[in-house]
Amino acid sequence: MANLISFTDKGLFCEAGNFYIDPWQPVERALITHAHSDHAKYGNRFYLCHKFAKPILQLRLGHNHYQTVEWNETIFMNGVKVSFHPAGHIIGSSQIRLEYQNEVWVVSGDYKREDDGISGKFEPVKCNVFITESTFGLPIFQWKPQQEIYSDIINWITKNKENGKASILIAYSLGKSQRVLQAIKETTQTIFAHGAIYNMQQTFIDAGWKLNPVVRITPETPKELLKETVVIAPPGAEGTSWMKKFYPYSIGVCSGWMQVRGNARRRNVDAGFALSDHADWNSLITTVKETGAEKVFVTHGFQAAFSRYLNEKNVAISAEVKTQFGDEDEETNSPLEIKNEEAENV
Amino acid sequence: MNNHVAIEKSNEISGLQMFAELVTELSSSTKTNDKLQSLVDYFATAPDADKVWVIAIFSGRRPRRAVNSRLMREWCLEIIGIPDWLFTECHSTVGDFSETLALLLSEVEVINRQNENLCFYLEKFIQIEKENESVKKKFIVESWQQMNSKEKFVFNKLITGSFRVGVSQKTIVNALAKTVDLSSSVIAHRISGNWDPTTTSFHELLGESTSLADFSKPYPFYLAYAIDDVVENLGEPDLWQAEWKWDGIRGQMIKRNKELFVWSRGEELMTEKFPEYFILKDLLPDGIVLDGEIIPALDGKPLPFAVLQRRIGRKNISKKQLQEAPICFFAYDLLEYNYEDWREKPLTERRQKLEEIISSFQNKSIQISEKINFNSWDELAALRKTSRDKNSEGIMLKRKHSVYKTGRKRGDWWKWKIDPLTIDCVMVYAAKGSGRRSNLYTDYTFAVKDGEELITFTKAYSGLTDKEFAQIDYFVKRNSIEKFGPVRTVKPELVFEIAFEGIAASNRHKSGVALRFPRMNRWRKDKTVDEINTLDDLKQMLKLYGK
Repeated sequence: MANLISFTDKGLFCEAGNFYIDPWQPVERALITHAHSDHAKYGNRFYLCHKFAKPILQLRLGHNHYQTVEWNETIFMNGVKVSFHPAGHIIGSSQIRLEYQNEVWVVSGDYKREDDGISGKFEPVKCNVFITESTFGLPIFQWKPQQEIYSDIINWITKNKENGKASILIAYSLGKSQRVLQAIKETTQTIFAHGAIYNMQQTFIDAGWKLNPVVRITPETPKELLKETVVIAPPGAEGTSWMKKFYPYSIGVCSGWMQVRGNARRRNVDAGFALSDHADWNSLITTVKETGAEKVFVTHGFQAAFSRYLNEKNVAISAEVKTQFGDEDEETNSPLEIKNEEAENV
Repeated sequence: MNNHVAIEKSNEISGLQMFAELVTELSSSTKTNDKLQSLVDYFATAPDADKVWVIAIFSGRRPRRAVNSRLMREWCLEIIGIPDWLFTECHSTVGDFSETLALLLSEVEVINRQNENLCFYLEKFIQIEKENESVKKKFIVESWQQMNSKEKFVFNKLITGSFRVGVSQKTIVNALAKTVDLSSSVIAHRISGNWDPTTTSFHELLGESTSLADFSKPYPFYLAYAIDDVVENLGEPDLWQAEWKWDGIRGQMIKRNKELFVWSRGEELMTEKFPEYFILKDLLPDGIVLDGEIIPALDGKPLPFAVLQRRIGRKNISKKQLQEAPICFFAYDLLEYNYEDWREKPLTERRQKLEEIISSFQNKSIQISEKINFNSWDELAALRKTSRDKNSEGIMLKRKHSVYKTGRKRGDWWKWKIDPLTIDCVMVYAAKGSGRRSNLYTDYTFAVKDGEELITFTKAYSGLTDKEFAQIDYFVKRNSIEKFGPVRTVKPELVFEIAFEGIAASNRHKSGVALRFPRMNRWRKDKTVDEINTLDDLKQMLKLYGK
């Protein structure tokens, strides 16, 4: 019997159901795990996604034929039973479960296990075959509880204020920004944001999310107003002349990569906060075990190492798969992502 | 920080923790002033015994390695239960052994927190050095169980390697100068030389005493810009003095009060590093300051910079090194004579006196840096082309009536360096860098063409902007063909111009050549792999410029 999902040059393909999951080339029917640009591409005829993901897809990809589902709602596509389940990665992010002829496959998309209060609480889904991400699939990546990181960020902001400096927090416009904004809403009355982040936040608020509004920074925003404030900016803005306005300031980057000192030092930032929306090493292993999958395909990240480890420790039969997702730098600023962020700002 | 807070703080946190915080601050700040402030705060609050060790560590006086890293790796694997190959993967991603250990051990529960000071651990390292493996293991493993992540990291670093936190001796000295009531040059003098952190107290090292006046102090160096115009525009050739530009360490040699001091341009006191110079304490007249180049030389002929580099890192210099690469001082200028500041006198006058002094005694540890005789700019241009044969970087031009200025100034002094050699080649392998370049592909291997084959001939790591590195990293991650441990073979597509200072025959490399100071001069986006240079081109260069 053919595999329920095959790995093609256009993406993960379900032949029986005649659809793709997160394809990287245009196809007829695309099921989308979440709205990050390496998973949700432009040009598909039909998009199926979780209802929370739709407003962001509209913002990023414009008007298309979107159909939405709730978590745990079942639909059939050519006889393949399809359902979406919370992945906890960003708002609207989902794992996608496929069932056909008594076999269950789950595509994880990107996920994290800690409940951040807005992205939905991750639910492990029993399956025969699990396709998992591995962005942080090395044992050097073990996250601190988010509350600890939040207090680190808040202390850092307080210290900057004492030193008469603004605090610029670098965070991805989709996902990390909303999470950071939730975490720091108590610290200061007004939080300023780069246009890309403002747009994203506003999209969520318009869609009915109870998120705190941010103040958009425009060329007209007076410099005096920004003194000692908190500013959220996307990675693309880092090191550009846009930041001059906030001087004197301190830069803090929120990313799982900040776990490694070298990454923070290379980016010449003042502080790195290892706050990630991906599963760390232990959560990856826990998740694989909880799915009960006998076969595990490992994609984007440290797939070779994680896959080998699963095989050696007899957790599952595992193989690595090459995809065009993330590839080790989902959270670092690849030149293409910078372009996207800047494009949003226009 | 006021004293009241300082006292409270030292009661709360241990010396090791303070040191761990210091290292974190130093490695995350990029500005010298911030680093300086961190050090000042540290010196204001840390226990005296710890301060002595910090000065020792940052000036290269660490204890001998008590435990080798293979054992530390073994013990770590045993505690966390991961396979050896996975450690290797982690190490290549982190780019730092001590940090890899600390990250892997981050889940080890702190079961028995001890508030020990830094000096406790360092003295312990000395104690256990001669002990058997099980004693060492017990100490290391128990220590890990008592520390948070930052402390584990500095603890591992103290055992295995150096702290690359971008703190020069000068920064340490300046920070101390704000803490104790001594001038910077006195502090620099006190912390150089032979002293042992296990037996020296902070007060002995830096206590206030008037016994030492500030007579070691160097003058600020006069530095030249590279010439950015045709030399003919400098005017008449006979207004100018030309000298070879030597590739060593610019330095000042000072003899005052019958003591000798050698300072580098980075204002580090280096007297102890060069025993060759000790005899000059007797030979030079008192009250004198010379500007010159610290450079290895045999029979008056300079040796390549690499020879000097091998010397600088060493604490103990072997007899063999002293014979094969003796260090000489090539004197350029006279800044002080008979305790009198000569910097305002014209170059010709200073030079004449300098020649007089140096020729009054004969010693192979010092010589005058020769003038180049020339009558026309054309003649000098021709001579400049022979620089490479002399291990020189080119020519220095100094206006004959120029005074000795302070800092980098235009007008009277110019560097006229030779152009580097260049070759176009293609990147074929990439590896992740370390330190601030960890997890980023920044270390490349390059190849030239030999018929249809690509032959690797050099590696290079520098010369590109951070942005270019990010773009290449992006390319590497999407165009790798195979992976060998940390190294990826990359689709041969990106063409670079490699610049280098010299070329020599080598049987260690497949190409048969080794380059001196190769770096990426330009990313040739305009060129394809079909247009790169060939192995024959390289061999031709070896014939022309090889030594």
